[in-house]
Amino acid sequence: MKSKSRLLSAPYTLWTVLFIVIPMLLVVWFAFTDKSGNFTLENILSVGQYSNVFLRSIWLGAVATAVSLLLGYPLAYIIAKMNGKRQGVMVMLVMLPMWMNFLLRTYAWMSLLEDNGLINALFVNLGLPRLHMINTAGAVVLGMVYNYIPYMILPLYSILTKIDPSVIEAAQDLGASDRKVFLKVIVPMSMPGVISGITMVFVPAVSTFIISKMLGGGANLLIGDLIDMQFLGSAYNPNLGSAISLVLMVIILICMGIMDQFDDGESTGGGVML
Amino acid sequence: MKLKDTIISLKDIAVSYDGEQVLKNFNLDIRDGEFVTLLGPSGCGKTTVLRTIGGFVTPDAGEVFFNGKNITNLPPYKREVNTIFQKYALFPHLNVYDNIAFGMRLKKKSEREVKETVHKMLAMVNLSGYSHRGVGQLSGGQQQRVAIARALANEPKILLLDEPLGALDLKLRKDMQVELKKIQQQTGITFIFVTHDQEEALSMSDTVVVMDGGVIQQIGTPTDIYNEPKNAFVADFIGESNILDGVMLEDYRVRFAGHEFACLDKGFGTRTPVDVVIRPEDIDVVEAASTHIIGEVTAVTFKGVHYEIIVDVAGFKWMIQSTDCRQVGDKIGLSLTPDDIHVMAKSEYSGTFGDYSTFSDEMEEDISASEEASEEGGEDDEI
Repeated sequence: MKSKSRLLSAPYTLWTVLFIVIPMLLVVWFAFTDKSGNFTLENILSVGQYSNVFLRSIWLGAVATAVSLLLGYPLAYIIAKMNGKRQGVMVMLVMLPMWMNFLLRTYAWMSLLEDNGLINALFVNLGLPRLHMINTAGAVVLGMVYNYIPYMILPLYSILTKIDPSVIEAAQDLGASDRKVFLKVIVPMSMPGVISGITMVFVPAVSTFIISKMLGGGANLLIGDLIDMQFLGSAYNPNLGSAISLVLMVIILICMGIMDQFDDGESTGGGVML
Repeated sequence: MKLKDTIISLKDIAVSYDGEQVLKNFNLDIRDGEFVTLLGPSGCGKTTVLRTIGGFVTPDAGEVFFNGKNITNLPPYKREVNTIFQKYALFPHLNVYDNIAFGMRLKKKSEREVKETVHKMLAMVNLSGYSHRGVGQLSGGQQQRVAIARALANEPKILLLDEPLGALDLKLRKDMQVELKKIQQQTGITFIFVTHDQEEALSMSDTVVVMDGGVIQQIGTPTDIYNEPKNAFVADFIGESNILDGVMLEDYRVRFAGHEFACLDKGFGTRTPVDVVIRPEDIDVVEAASTHIIGEVTAVTFKGVHYEIIVDVAGFKWMIQSTDCRQVGDKIGLSLTPDDIHVMAKSEYSGTFGDYSTFSDEMEEDISASEEASEEGGEDDEI
């Protein structure tokens, strides 16, 4: 039995080693070496000068995650309460934007938000002053929320539909008004979904580079852009790029570790990223 | 038992789900402090009655009164009624202590009072020392006890129990029956218990309400229901019965199975068609020569306490429960005393039940019904 299951898992193990473990080790290797391959701490130490980029990334990622949660939770709750057929349609509508290419979606926002874009054209036609929207932090957050909110809604929706209606009836039966039922039963029971939703929005939002590049302009440089520059851009320096990636990974792991503390230690599928 | 005031009164209740009428013109009064059981096959509307009292179903028509006050439109959380749900419905994110404390905390009781009550409740359901367990770690029986403690900690005036023992195995179920009865007597709270298990209903209740098709067939004490069933449905549903076509000749004289018998029933008029019920355990097996009813044994099943003997009497199959063993093919006589004969008026159920010639089919139905029940609620031993 055991050897059989080992045989079955061999391709996966091979894949994992080839494309996950080895590249990770390479990142570590590059982070701690210089151009000629000698050991050095210089790369890691020089990450410090980009602390403002790190802070901005974490701040914008956190804002986008919070906005996604605030917008996504009520929607997930409403969908979960619908009858079966409408639920399916609504879930499909939530996923619909994801069927279109990520770049295309972000381009679309660019042309909407531009100083001479569609929204401003509308404003001018209505006799309103133009609004500068592109190349602001707000535009970056908007892009993050727009692109990642399905990853917030789906885990929330799936956990909310799994709550046994008789548990909600039991709470009402014991004297809980609708508000109390929500606060004392539905919210705590949906925590694993909240945590995986936060993880699935926060992690890609923090490390994004396309969104900030297209909607944020030069003033809203994020870690992703910084890493991009080290590998593909003008500042070509893979060693520094690896060091930044490593630090980002450690920061994300710490954030997720903190998040998991809120999960009551109950392993109900939360904190998927760990 | 001393008669007390009516605590719950249902007046002309009508309920329908998706256009299907479940209850119609339903009336029921329940007295304070009683242990009342709603008994009937699945789909008879008994759970709907319970949910109407709990406030989870708003009737299309009719009114619900609690101590004389109309509570028809009162939401569940404002009713002094608590429910034990079929699958316990404990809060999975809370431990045993917090589950039981849930209702009291909503009522803003002090933590000292909460602690005192929780420990008192845990002691009552024999779970002292389990406060800090997660509810997922408990067995079905233990979860059941937590559900009881959680409901009673709220000091309800009425406790509603929706087939609470259905998911437990036979032995545990028997223990819980005794325990629930004890708790009811200790607390004096009105219990309204829903079950499809007739034995459970008979052994626990002060009053049994037998329902079928959304209609009350009979209300009475367990002995009344068993000994004086009102129609063929009740006679068949509660225990085993031989139900025969008969004619009431005059008071105290009834004719069935080709012979005239003396009986204890009266008030049916003369020459009235009736249903006659004879319980299998009331029939005495005698020598063929000494009685009117003579038949041939067609099947014998050993049941532990007694033998179940199927006897063919002129084409009608009787069931007899006897401690004497008979062989298939034996010619035996059946003897009845007036006390053994119970006469019922004809009803819509006449002819639906009675003969044991289709016994095996009935068994199959029972088996599929119990399979259905166990799909819903874990292991389920149908008796």
